[in-house]
Amino acid sequence: MNGIKIETTDLNLYYGNHHALKAVTMDIRADAVTALIGPSGCGKSTFLKALNRMNDLTKGVRITGRVRLDGVDIYASGVDMTALRRRVGMVFQQPNPFPMSIYDNIAYGPRIHGEKSRARLDAVVERSLRRAAIWEETKDRLKKPAAGLSGGQQQRLCIARALAVEPEVLLMDEPTSALDPASTLKIEELLLQLKRSYTVVIVTHNMQQAARVADDTAFFLAGEVIEKGRTKRLFSGAQDTRTRDYIAGRYG
Amino acid sequence: MTRKVNYSASLCRHDFGLLHARIKDAVAYTAIYLAAFYAVLVLAGIILYVFAKGFPVLDLPFFTTVTSVVNGTVGIAGNMVNTVYIVVLTLIAAVPTGVGAAVWLNEYAASCKAVRLIEFATETLTGIPSIVFGMFGMVFFGTTLGLGYSILTGALTLSLMILPLITRSTQEALRAVPDGYRDGAIGMGATKWHMIRTILLPSAMPGIVTGILLAVGRIVGESAALLFTAGSGYLLPDVGSGLVHKIMESGGTLTIQMYLSMARAEYDTAFGIAAVLLCMVLAFNLLLKLLTRRWNRISR
Ligand SMILES: Nc1ncnc2c1ncn2[C@@H]1O[C@H](COP(=O)(O)OP(=O)(O)OP(=O)(O)O)[C@@H](O)[C@H]1O
Ligand SMILES: [Mg+2]
Repeated sequence: MNGIKIETTDLNLYYGNHHALKAVTMDIRADAVTALIGPSGCGKSTFLKALNRMNDLTKGVRITGRVRLDGVDIYASGVDMTALRRRVGMVFQQPNPFPMSIYDNIAYGPRIHGEKSRARLDAVVERSLRRAAIWEETKDRLKKPAAGLSGGQQQRLCIARALAVEPEVLLMDEPTSALDPASTLKIEELLLQLKRSYTVVIVTHNMQQAARVADDTAFFLAGEVIEKGRTKRLFSGAQDTRTRDYIAGRYG
Repeated sequence: MTRKVNYSASLCRHDFGLLHARIKDAVAYTAIYLAAFYAVLVLAGIILYVFAKGFPVLDLPFFTTVTSVVNGTVGIAGNMVNTVYIVVLTLIAAVPTGVGAAVWLNEYAASCKAVRLIEFATETLTGIPSIVFGMFGMVFFGTTLGLGYSILTGALTLSLMILPLITRSTQEALRAVPDGYRDGAIGMGATKWHMIRTILLPSAMPGIVTGILLAVGRIVGESAALLFTAGSGYLLPDVGSGLVHKIMESGGTLTIQMYLSMARAEYDTAFGIAAVLLCMVLAFNLLLKLLTRRWNRISR
């Protein structure tokens, strides 16, 4: 069975006075897809961002509790952010390719981590684009601005960009909610490929999507994890009525 | 029955209202047309008049010599060199500071109050008449710091004057950069400074350059702030170390020289300089248009 990749213990997060995460204790399995579901404003994005410390950028955020990555507390003092975010990559809701060429987008991460060799960068770019299933569409226009790609292509480019630094964990915040059905399908297929070698945590509002791609699912409500477990079990017979109601679409 | 009557009555009123609106529309249209026509006419008139009076003065010696009674020459070579000096020095002093301030205000400053206070200050600074900057520059840089009537004093004074412009345009450009870029870069493990250097500043560059070009326009056109700071020297610097010493000497820009020529009723020279200045302004505007169009095309 898969080991535990990320482990949060009693994680509380406050935006000023607003208690956004309430004692969240959760294990995230390695090389599996974990879906976070729940109504809008329940803290899914907040939880996701806590896993690679993207909340550090937000003013007035206070965090208590532990987040362990392979057993090591990522909020301990002396943690190197660059190294952490290299291991835990992120893909956002809106595709956000940088205003530069496709090639430079992919090379951005490796360059941060000191890669200068042209040959190695070339190899990384090709490998990452292939892994994100967008190589065929981009190989003849690597030097063209990434803004020229379609929304779905841009999102796969962003996935490729995140993969270029060889992360261990991929955090995805509603990666397909801005995309058309065909692009969504492509990305879901991609996720099923990726989970062989990456731990994926995905926020989604789409129950079918969670059922299709996620091995595990956690249901959030008002900052708390109400129920979590294997997706199959949760979707076939959740214990908590609130979970059942949400999955059945009877919640906001 | 009644309903029908009412209906046609309202239709009638409606028709009348429509006619009324049409007349209003036509009047407004004519007025706008006339106003636009007037603006174009005035602009064309000024340009033609200045060029007609100015161009006959422009010959090669006018550009390559300085005015000298002994040699019997009338020329603006020294003033052109001074203008370049002042523009370059002012930008060296103001651009890094202005861009730095904008980056700090937009990306680092933690306290909203402090930011708003500083923004209020820069805005107010923009509205101060340039002669006030001139007085301050003369007293502070010239006397207190002992830089005297010099190109350096003038450039430092002007740098204060254009600082708000640079800061403003940079801030606006930074604000237009989508947050997604910031999150994306930070999420990749970039440090804040790396993100600013590789993503924010390049994306903001068109706005920053636009601000700089506008600033150059103001520097070239400035007279009041320079008259009592950079003075009115019109000689060419000696080649060699003189090029550096020039910074500490008095030097009048084209605009200052034009002012002096008019004060001495040397209208030919004044018109010649005016024609040169107008050409420069036109060139700047064209350049700005060209760059903006290019950048718009690239970003699309
Ligand atoms: N920067 C912030 N400052 C203050 N409060 C915030 C901030 N970001 C989020 N919140 C609040 O924290 C709560 C959780 O927000 P979060 O974005 O995590 O919800 P979510 O589950 O991702 O919702 P959605 O499905 O709409 O994306 C919300 O009540 C939100 O208003
Ligand atoms: Mg969210």
